[in-house]
Amino acid sequence: MHLAAHFPGVNNTTVWADPRSRSQIDFSSFEHLARTAERGLFDFFFLAEGLRLREHNGLIHDLDVVGRPESLTVLNALAAVTDRLGLAATVNATFNEPYELARRLATLDHLSAGRAAWNVVTSSDAFTGENFRRGGYLDRADRYTRAAEFVATARELWDSWTADGVPRPVAHRGEHFRIEGEFGVPRSPQGHPVVIQAGDSPEGREFAASAADVIFTRHGTPGAGRTFYADVKARLARYGREPDELKIMPGVGFVLGDTDAEAREKAAGIRLQQISPQNAMLALEQVWGRDLSSYDPDGPLPESDPVPDSALVQGRVRHGDPLAVAARWRALSREKGLSIRQTVIEASGRQSFVGSPRTVAAELTEFVATGAADGFILVPHLTPGGLDEFVDGVVPLLQERGVFRSAYTGATLRSHLGLAEPVWKG
Amino acid sequence: MPPIRPLHLAAEIGGPPHYDAARYTGLAQLAERGALDFVTLGDSFARPGPDALSVLSRAAPATRRIGLVPTVTTTHTEPFHVSSAVATLDWVSRGRAGWQVDVSTTGAEARLFGRRPAAPAAELWREAGEVADAGARLWDSWEDDAEIRDTATGRFIDRGKLHYVDFEGATFSVRGPAIVPRPPQGRPVVVVDGTTDPARETAARHADVVLVRATTSERTAGIRDDVRRRAVAHGRDPDTLRVLAALTVDLGGAETAPELWPASGPPLAAHGTYYRGGPVDLADLITQWHRAGAVDGFHLTPITPERDLERIVNGTVTLLQHRSLFRTFHPGGTLREHLGLSRPANRYAPDRFPEGERA
Repeated sequence: MHLAAHFPGVNNTTVWADPRSRSQIDFSSFEHLARTAERGLFDFFFLAEGLRLREHNGLIHDLDVVGRPESLTVLNALAAVTDRLGLAATVNATFNEPYELARRLATLDHLSAGRAAWNVVTSSDAFTGENFRRGGYLDRADRYTRAAEFVATARELWDSWTADGVPRPVAHRGEHFRIEGEFGVPRSPQGHPVVIQAGDSPEGREFAASAADVIFTRHGTPGAGRTFYADVKARLARYGREPDELKIMPGVGFVLGDTDAEAREKAAGIRLQQISPQNAMLALEQVWGRDLSSYDPDGPLPESDPVPDSALVQGRVRHGDPLAVAARWRALSREKGLSIRQTVIEASGRQSFVGSPRTVAAELTEFVATGAADGFILVPHLTPGGLDEFVDGVVPLLQERGVFRSAYTGATLRSHLGLAEPVWKG
Repeated sequence: MPPIRPLHLAAEIGGPPHYDAARYTGLAQLAERGALDFVTLGDSFARPGPDALSVLSRAAPATRRIGLVPTVTTTHTEPFHVSSAVATLDWVSRGRAGWQVDVSTTGAEARLFGRRPAAPAAELWREAGEVADAGARLWDSWEDDAEIRDTATGRFIDRGKLHYVDFEGATFSVRGPAIVPRPPQGRPVVVVDGTTDPARETAARHADVVLVRATTSERTAGIRDDVRRRAVAHGRDPDTLRVLAALTVDLGGAETAPELWPASGPPLAAHGTYYRGGPVDLADLITQWHRAGAVDGFHLTPITPERDLERIVNGTVTLLQHRSLFRTFHPGGTLREHLGLSRPANRYAPDRFPEGERA
């Protein structure tokens, strides 16, 4: 089983009102979570990225944790306070250039002695593009061809030095990039930093099957997980790859208690904090695409249909067709007699492992044993102490069951993940 | 005679490229033991070497007081990314970040990106000034007290204290606000080598620290006056600028007499002013120039960092400390404090009214 820790950035996962909640920006918070993950022998530590603050109805969204550092800079600093933990950053392939980003990633791999990973994401969002020269003109199809060429170009650069440590000129001429010259950094300890892909569309799955080492998914329920797992693993053969060469890791929450009942009670309390009345109304407006401030969060859902192509929400990834989401929510609300807030709580929950450490350890083991995932990216709801009880309570039980390591056996992230060093096409 | 100002000392820790962290971290720790204001790490896409900002981020948790000033070029990098990365260096170092602004003028660098052709230095320095300006606005785009965590209203931030910068430059625009909250120093320290004329204009307008290269204390004083005059023309208080003389130093031949080569003298023309001699003579030169009021301090580029920085710290600096010309410890925690520069007020924050009077 592979385990990673996510530092929740801008989100409504973090229960910031909890008195134990600390800064989301001070380095001490990052250091605490990373050291805890390393104490728990985790494969890697994961940071998401932000390129524009979310807006709702033309105003900066103010209900959730906002403000975070630039990922690669933080990970380089964390390389100084950890020894084995992998260090993964989400970096957009739309608003960066291959030469520069390949150099920064190779630098992190050198400075961390082989622990760097890059989560490749794309954007077709003109709203985000307003912070960049390039702007947001790439359409959906182009952003994947650009991302694929971006990764391929980065690999050409990473492979461009000879084994004797001499740079050889690269001449790349593709649809999106024309690059000529020598790369500034020799081949790094892992050969190539580990490439992670997040995204669920058919293009995203195909891209992951062709080019990624890890795929970060949202499919956290056993049924959906197994379907996704089978689909993605089946795509690998087309690229001459073995099923083991791509690790599938859903992002999941967890709530632990002394007993299962206590954990369930805690989890319900956390959901109420995560979905405040204000957050419930916001989620509703994000689906309906219009102002619903006259509705009561403790009252029923609107009867009217959503506005499908609303610009009400900006800077947030949309999941699903609003009409379909609304229909699902209405059915849920009718069936269980739920208010707006209760519906949002019920509908928006990601897979969470809730129970005593023993129950959670058993469920995680079962999940991996039945082909629903290769491991998990754990998303704590408290910053930065939210992983402590998992590492102290669940990890020893996973070790007891023999499904998780009791010591790091290698020094690089590739070795933790059981991935071979890429063939040096030099 | 003008009053003697505190002497500021900085050192470059570059040299031939290395890819392991220990070497750079060791040099930064050595400079820190000498109580230097800051270390710089040069960078360019055109030559082999690791990304400088990443290297100094790696060094941040391994040091406690010394300022960390990487070169980040502005020609091929997104201004928004530059501002986020430098602000983050300030966060991870708890207020010790600077940014040496530089441009990429060569066709070789342009071809590594394939995005825009090489351009004249004057044009690129104007753009660099705009990037510095946009960066400073982004650093200000969060007021210091924007994070409120108000459980009563469920609001994490007061969005009235976050500001769009709406920066329109000649070659780029940025909407803002920043993603990174305002860094500990308010604005990290901006350093510009003001040797060439277009760079000097950008320096006078945007830099906190200006590096100058000249072979005599009189010429250095002249350049310093020029920088200060230009700063005044941009509406700045010249006393918020620190002008440091840049010297390349070779302390390998301690027995030979000190020499100052003209900037044009081969084979080190690219390094500007070149000093060769012993650590004691270097201390004398620093003392003389500083006493003459020619400079606020020195930026020393050791020609062999491992050897020369050790001699600077244990020889030159020790002697300057004996003469009470240089401090023996860092009295403050941030780079701005080392330099005697105040934390800038936020341009977007309204004037501070007494509590309760703000609408």
